[in-house]
Amino acid sequence: MRAILAVLLENEAGALSRVVGLFAQRNYNIETLTVAPTEDHTLSRLTLTTSGDQDRITQIIKHLDRLVEVVSVINLCAEEHVERELLLVKVRAVGDARQEVKRSADVFRGQIVDVTSDTYTVQLVGPSQKLDAFISAIGDNGEEATILEVVRSGVSGMGRGNRVLSA
Amino acid sequence: MTEMLSGGDMLIRSLQDEGVEYIFGYPGGSALHIYDAIFRQQKIEHILVRHEQAATHMADGYARSIGKPGVVLVTSGPGATNAITGIATAYMDSIPMVVIAGQVPRDLIGTDAFQETDMVGISRPVVKHSFMVRDASEIPGIVKKAFHIATTGRPGPVVIDVPKDTTDPAETFEYNYPDSVNLRSYRPAYEGDMGQVKAAVAAILEAKRPVFYVGGGVIQADAKDSLRALVRAVGAPVASTLMGLGAYPGTDELSLGMLGMHGTYEANMAMDDTDLVIALGARFDDRVTNNPDKFSPKAKIIHMDIDPASIDKIVDSHIALVGDAQWVIEAIWAEYQSQVKARSVQQSESQAQYLADWWQQLNGWRKDHGLNHGLKPEQGKAILPQLAVQTLYRVTKGEAFVSSDVGQHQMFAAQYYHFDEPRRWINSGGLGTMGFGLPAAMGVQMGSPQAVVACVTGEGSFMMNMQELSTCLQYGLPIKIINLNNQALGMVKQWQDMQYGGRHSQSSYSDSLPDFKTLVEAFGHVGVKVSDATELDAAMEWAFSEENKKRLVFVDVWVDPHEHVYPMAIKGGAMRDMILSKTQTSGSSS
Ligand SMILES: Cc1ncc(C[n+]2csc(CCOP(=O)(O)OP(=O)(O)O)c2C)c(N)n1
Ligand SMILES: [Mg+2]
Repeated sequence: MRAILAVLLENEAGALSRVVGLFAQRNYNIETLTVAPTEDHTLSRLTLTTSGDQDRITQIIKHLDRLVEVVSVINLCAEEHVERELLLVKVRAVGDARQEVKRSADVFRGQIVDVTSDTYTVQLVGPSQKLDAFISAIGDNGEEATILEVVRSGVSGMGRGNRVLSA
Repeated sequence: MTEMLSGGDMLIRSLQDEGVEYIFGYPGGSALHIYDAIFRQQKIEHILVRHEQAATHMADGYARSIGKPGVVLVTSGPGATNAITGIATAYMDSIPMVVIAGQVPRDLIGTDAFQETDMVGISRPVVKHSFMVRDASEIPGIVKKAFHIATTGRPGPVVIDVPKDTTDPAETFEYNYPDSVNLRSYRPAYEGDMGQVKAAVAAILEAKRPVFYVGGGVIQADAKDSLRALVRAVGAPVASTLMGLGAYPGTDELSLGMLGMHGTYEANMAMDDTDLVIALGARFDDRVTNNPDKFSPKAKIIHMDIDPASIDKIVDSHIALVGDAQWVIEAIWAEYQSQVKARSVQQSESQAQYLADWWQQLNGWRKDHGLNHGLKPEQGKAILPQLAVQTLYRVTKGEAFVSSDVGQHQMFAAQYYHFDEPRRWINSGGLGTMGFGLPAAMGVQMGSPQAVVACVTGEGSFMMNMQELSTCLQYGLPIKIINLNNQALGMVKQWQDMQYGGRHSQSSYSDSLPDFKTLVEAFGHVGVKVSDATELDAAMEWAFSEENKKRLVFVDVWVDPHEHVYPMAIKGGAMRDMILSKTQTSGSSS
């Protein structure tokens, strides 16, 4: 089971290392991790994806909550939520593949943010599966299109409707 | 008028304002401004140890025995790393402690400066929380928070890393010690959920074979009176963890003694056969449950703990109660009183009958394979370690504080010394730290100068912190060290006997042991060696006699080196699966 944990954390030196350390220490895995201050500069918001059965996810949440600097934590996957991830991918594309890459980017509603005579840099935002699908779609273009570099932001998310994670 | 103080003075003043009596520590470069601040005041006494590990265990023993946080001060680098074992020991047993570590000046942090080590990083997995002082003005606030965090909720050690320049006497600040702390991110539960309390009481009233499983959390919460009232009202047996000994009186007839890997036969059988486990301030440690899949197979489980993360971690509970042990147990007791009143006569009678049947079963187990508490010295035979503990118990009338180390001697002490009061049994249960016993006993003695303090140790463990004999002389600590000398790392040897075909790999040093009597004499103390069972009584009486009231006495008891600790859980089995002696087993494998 996949979990997207949204965590409000005191924006203090060392707080992030406690979160990351907890995962290492208790043998939990982190698939993605993003962190940045919120509109309230005393708080950072961290979104972390991990996986495991229900018991494991519950334990992870309890242990996160136990950290003194963690203000609140929820599993977004427990309810309706919005999740987004940003992808930048630099593709070498020549010949017919140039059109193909552009078309794929259009289909996925990606944007070309940089161009050279033989590369495109495409930006794409969406749920992680959509990003996965795009990467494999581009990779399917044979020899003429090769992925040179990929960077993903990791997942960010929020609950739908009135659900709010607050301090 | 506000006072202007340097960072170093603010640190010490904050400790004074926190009510600290003792600092256990060891100086060094990064901590020297702080040490100078200590010199220039009288309120707090600094206890100079001989190794920083011992400072942490002393602070720990002090904390365990009187319930106040222990305070440690060490220098940066090696001072800080030497403290780690003691911090981890306190962490595993949830002991309140504040450890102040000197650090290199801020502008040198990260440069691999002399005696620099990332203390916050190194200690991170074994602290409840830690602070790094970024600016001297933060010191009073950080100290306040550190004590608050260390002592509330599930207690634990807190580290404060103090860069040397933040304690510089040249710079002064307005000193104000805050009266309260408000941490939005830290609000430990105190009150439990009344719905769950009601459900727990209903389950207790339905149970036919209930058992209380009591851990260190009850002691930490000072909940012994509520526990005793509840247990006596219900009339169910009490099995105690290694950490919970003394929460319920060990000599009471409702006590089954310790449960777990080396628990009593009756306690482990009760846990296996029960239909209701009432776990109070215990965490289902693997040394208790044996194979969690086979744990209490017929039982409903009520689990009360201050730490939500302990609930459903190892064993799933049916009724979970998160809160302060004192609050929750009292609430259960009150609810029990009102539900009992509402019962019909018939219900009460049938429950009384179930309990009577249960006690018959329990007493039967006790009679079949209970520990023999009436051992007698036998002429010409090797001294049984159990007999040594029994003699200690008799001579101290069961009223001593007893610290211990780790190994066979520790288990014999837990099995054969009965604790009728909490905070008397001082032991590293979670981390199992050899070397804990002596310094912990010293901390106990500092906290209770008039008390009788014994340390039941093994020669292996004792040698891990024996340099503290020197500290004992300096501060006049009249500890009685009972060394169960089996000339080996006995517990290791026992495992090797049982699981490795008797191949004693690196567990013996019998031809190179010091003469402990001479050794302690060299440190200015007195000692006696006993190798004949018939001399044991006299030696023990002498150790605790008026003559030795103010002296540290080392009783070197040469015990039977072949003795094993029994019962012993059979690996991977249920709690009823035990090895009972060199020739007997119980449970499914018997
Ligand atoms: C610091 C440390 N190192 C190693 C161990 C593993 N260990 C557990 S018991 C034991 C033997 C202890 O020997 P001793 O103190 O003589 O006690 P005995 O078992 O002989 O009574 C050892 C090595 C430990 N618990 N702590
Ligand atoms: Mg030994």
